[in-house]
Amino acid sequence: MLTRRTTLGLLASLPLAPRAFAQARLSYDLVAKPLADGIWMVEGATDYFSMQNGGAIVNITLIKGDTGLILIDTGSSRRYGEALVTLARSLDLRGISTVVNTHHHPDHFFGNQVFAGTPIFALGETRQAALTEGEGFADNMYRILGDWMRGTEVVPPTDVIAGGDLRLDGRDFLALPLGGHTVADLALLDRRTGTLIAGDLVFHDRAPTTPSADLPRWQNALDALDAQNPALILPGHGPADPTGASITQTRDYLHWLDTTLRDGARSGLDMVELMDSPLPERFAAMGAQPQEYQRSVTHLFPAVELEELPRGN
Amino acid sequence: MFLRTTLVALLGLFAGAAFALDDPQTPLTDPMQSGMWDYHQKGLLGDPADIRFDDRVVLRAPASAEDSLNVPLLVDATAIPDVKRIVISADYGPIPHILTYYPEQADAKLSLRFKIDQATAIRASVETHSGTWHVGSIYIDAAGGGCTAASHAYASDDWEEKLGEVHGRLWSATGRARLIVDHPMDTGLADGIPVFIIQDLSLQRDDGTQLARLELAEPVNEDPAFTFYFAKGALPASVKVVGRDNNGNRIRGVLSEGELN
Ligand SMILES: [Zn+2]
Repeated sequence: MLTRRTTLGLLASLPLAPRAFAQARLSYDLVAKPLADGIWMVEGATDYFSMQNGGAIVNITLIKGDTGLILIDTGSSRRYGEALVTLARSLDLRGISTVVNTHHHPDHFFGNQVFAGTPIFALGETRQAALTEGEGFADNMYRILGDWMRGTEVVPPTDVIAGGDLRLDGRDFLALPLGGHTVADLALLDRRTGTLIAGDLVFHDRAPTTPSADLPRWQNALDALDAQNPALILPGHGPADPTGASITQTRDYLHWLDTTLRDGARSGLDMVELMDSPLPERFAAMGAQPQEYQRSVTHLFPAVELEELPRGN
Repeated sequence: MFLRTTLVALLGLFAGAAFALDDPQTPLTDPMQSGMWDYHQKGLLGDPADIRFDDRVVLRAPASAEDSLNVPLLVDATAIPDVKRIVISADYGPIPHILTYYPEQADAKLSLRFKIDQATAIRASVETHSGTWHVGSIYIDAAGGGCTAASHAYASDDWEEKLGEVHGRLWSATGRARLIVDHPMDTGLADGIPVFIIQDLSLQRDDGTQLARLELAEPVNEDPAFTFYFAKGALPASVKVVGRDNNGNRIRGVLSEGELN
């Protein structure tokens, strides 16, 4: 039977696809920015997935271990994972020794298949969610990114880790098993440099995404990250942050989002009316707005209004 | 998936070949150029003589459906005088008819959510009491699958207890009534799950006079949610919710300007 993905794969490769894309060389230009002692970040675009960016919207972290590089998150496609392998060899000839997935969103783990044979660590619930939701994400990614996704298979993380002290390839971390952006979000604090790899619990000058969000839990997670007093924060999306402003900004946005949706429900608004309301300037300036806000209305409003509106029978 | 593709292909053939010989009595130039409008003008609206596309019928929706099971849509036909009913439909999809709204004593304006099956033009066809039709359109992009997926209700054990549960409220000062009814709204297109939908739903005064009335079809979302719009101050202190599904379950509730949770 024809699956949606194969259909779309076929469609995407038809000459009907926009010519510029059909002829473009689909390759990622990944750059590793050195940020601290033995830590590099590959900074993604602050937009949504598009044919222009090929899904390279996520931040990837590379950290020097004893036998090679520890890779935190693997990007949006097989092709992206391959680009990471090439990039890693330019930093350390031994390549990548260890892989970690912060959470189960497709831009963070769809490069996994390239690392077969290398342990891929994640929280248990992340592994479970990747197993149950991965194929659905893949359908959507093939639809949006077409040929960029060619050959990408969903490979869930292989090894489960818990919280607390964690040694990966000889380097010491504090593992923070949190959640709220998704069912399970792993943040890692590098003991040597005080660098916090925050995953998508922290966004910076890029609108937070909420397809799997639990806003109160997410706020608690931000408090837990703040309490670590990190020397440097590497957010899941947006520029590295030495001041903590990214945590404050994420907290502020999520609070505003929740309040806006609840006020809307309490005024009898429906989703289109909420989507069309203007954003405060400080949030309108974030990457991927107002689209990300509008997506959040779809994700969150139906449950919010059931909580806010009284029963009528 | 395969069934859906076949259906769409068939409809496409009908529109392109069989019905080309049998144009509507008043052929229109479709601003969406969907290739299906002629077919629906005849099949869904009954081939009216007095019909036109009309920019005064305004549809608002996101350009792309984030959740194909919950696509929000706002239809505003308040610029058209003397509206009798509004037929809301999708050009492409296994079941084109979404719902028909009879505003009765409400404004000719409605917010709703529906399931979308693929990228398609959405129409609001407004009939006046004198029998003229005015059609508005919007295009929504979508990943698809909204109509053929099983409802979420089957994933939970307590759906039967919640069936027919009503949430909602009135806002007299702004003339709004919001109504959400718990119901699976199964389209019958998912394997082994028969059609199970609310068919009739209305807002009534205590004495039973109709304030606003809906005829729902399969593509309306699970747990249908509507905002109705009235003139400011025109709403009574409380409004009865009266409805029925295709299995004979009655829906009963009362909306008022009560405490918010
Ligand atoms: Zn994420």
